[in-house]
Amino acid sequence: MAAIIRIENLKRDFQVGSEVVHALKGVSFEINEGEFVSIMGTSGSGKSTMLNILGCLDKPTGGEYYIDEIAVSVRSKDELAFVRNRKIGFVFQSYNLLARTSAIENVELPLLYNHEISAKERHERAVYALEQVGLQDRMGHMPNQLSGGQQQRVAIARAIVNNPVILLADEATGNLDTRTSYEIMSLFQKLHAEGKSIVFVTHEPDIAEFTSRTIMLRDGRVMKDYSNTPKSAQAALEALPPSDDY
Amino acid sequence: MNVSNLIRISYNAILRNKTRSLLTMLGIIIGISSVIAMVSLGQSSQQNINEQISTMGTNLIMVMRANQRKGGVSMGNSNVQSLTVKDCELIKNKCKNVSLVSPMVSANGQIVRGNYNWSGSMQGGDIDYLQIRKYEISKGTNFTEEDVAKYNKVCLIGQTIVENMFAEGENPIGQTIRFKSIPFKVIGILEEKGENQMGQDQDDIVIAPYSTVMKRLLATTYIHMIYASAKSEEVAETATQEITQVLRQSHKIQNGGTDDFDVRTQAELLSMMNSVSGFLTVLLAAIASISLIVGGIGIMNIMYVTVTERTKEIGLRTAIGARGKDIMFQFLIESSMLSLVGGIIGIIFGLVISYVASALLKWPFVISTVSVLLSFLVCAATGIFFGWYPAKKAANLDPITALRYE
Repeated sequence: MAAIIRIENLKRDFQVGSEVVHALKGVSFEINEGEFVSIMGTSGSGKSTMLNILGCLDKPTGGEYYIDEIAVSVRSKDELAFVRNRKIGFVFQSYNLLARTSAIENVELPLLYNHEISAKERHERAVYALEQVGLQDRMGHMPNQLSGGQQQRVAIARAIVNNPVILLADEATGNLDTRTSYEIMSLFQKLHAEGKSIVFVTHEPDIAEFTSRTIMLRDGRVMKDYSNTPKSAQAALEALPPSDDY
Repeated sequence: MNVSNLIRISYNAILRNKTRSLLTMLGIIIGISSVIAMVSLGQSSQQNINEQISTMGTNLIMVMRANQRKGGVSMGNSNVQSLTVKDCELIKNKCKNVSLVSPMVSANGQIVRGNYNWSGSMQGGDIDYLQIRKYEISKGTNFTEEDVAKYNKVCLIGQTIVENMFAEGENPIGQTIRFKSIPFKVIGILEEKGENQMGQDQDDIVIAPYSTVMKRLLATTYIHMIYASAKSEEVAETATQEITQVLRQSHKIQNGGTDDFDVRTQAELLSMMNSVSGFLTVLLAAIASISLIVGGIGIMNIMYVTVTERTKEIGLRTAIGARGKDIMFQFLIESSMLSLVGGIIGIIFGLVISYVASALLKWPFVISTVSVLLSFLVCAATGIFFGWYPAKKAANLDPITALRYE
């Protein structure tokens, strides 16, 4: 299997006042195509820094990061924007949908920054992405007309609309209740089953159990890197006591 | 990133904040519409002046008495006795570019006829006076050379006099009116002329032979003014020089001496009036442009707030692949759209205002293409100029910080 992410002795230092903070102190790992990886760690472990670098929003101070065989540290700002647009799909904790903008327009957004895609294709791909997350009936809804789980689904549709090589999720279930979290994890598992590569950053161990591999960060180093048999989110969902909310 | 996508993005962003966009545009709307209205009204008034002056005759030359000092005593313009009928004859005989000449004397007084009375002025002229001043006779006849030679008490009256001195339907021809208790026989009625550019009623007039007015009313041998017509508008300047020369000679003014008369043409009057109204137009447009600048600052202010308020959106756009210049263009296009749409609305408003105003003032309605095009350019420039700084700020935001911004 081809490695879509390859990290070699990655270092990232921050200058805070007169002190230098070493957020990452030489991290190396590879992620192959089709893997569902969770990156775990407590706050201060360097996982946010790791995610920023993985998402090409930040550049390492040492070592090298290859995404789809592209070396990131030598790229210009504009080239990194291109990489983010074509290779990466982001899912954020707070959804980050544009207010007063319909679900379909939110999903179309990444394609607006890709001039190779016509208006017709843009629309078709957005519709397809929304179908994949099960929101084909909610395309014209505004974010404030959608529940938290539905908003996160729109965000996931937005992340997959550009057919990225990797899906980066940052605490994607952090704002959701248990039931909805499991629903979202089930959706991620479905996308994984369809062949998508996913990196899921979280600090919740029970969420990490739904992934097939876990990389544990601590104080800027990889503490553990192990494969596990993922729990089925669908099964977990069914095992939950019936909600009496409705 | 193509431009149509950027325009689409900006357009959506503006629509998302309809009320705010409209309020932002209001500054530009007011600025542009006042500039357009001021310039357009200024030009209407100028055209109005031009039209009125040309009804007075563009080849008209007036010779007036000028101030003179005698032993240190200034005589003032109206007390100078320097023009005579002889001067008129000299001009008539010697100036090749002058076609018609007439002396003018005027007297103010009460006009009385039976129960009617009216305070008016009588102008005394030669037989060519009507033609020089562009008066037409609507009824009756002009006085003759014989009337002038014999000091006959005949007169021509304007519409205002007809309305105030005669009952409706009454025929004034052949009737007698008394001016300063001297009876004058009405022999003609003048065509209506309306007000001149100074707002004077040109129909409030009684015209009689100059000799009659001089001898019977004023008992003077001097005249007040000389009216002359140049052969054409083009030779008005040459004719003026000829008249000056003739009069200097006749008044025995040495080289370097001050003239005791003043020759004026309509062209001078026209340029004077134009420079006054032109100055007013510039002044008003300048005041209006200040409001345009204030409108531009309003746009900058809102765009600045917008950038801060939409930090998270900017972070997201950067994360999904927008480059710095994409973000910058988005905000530049937004501010330009606001100012251009505001500008178009402002132009329409301004034209409506000036149309209504010129209709009310009975001025000709003038659309100045230059000012419309210029305001359009100014709008685009305003949008780009005042949008530049906020857009630059947006483009330089750090995506990581922007994404975490609350």
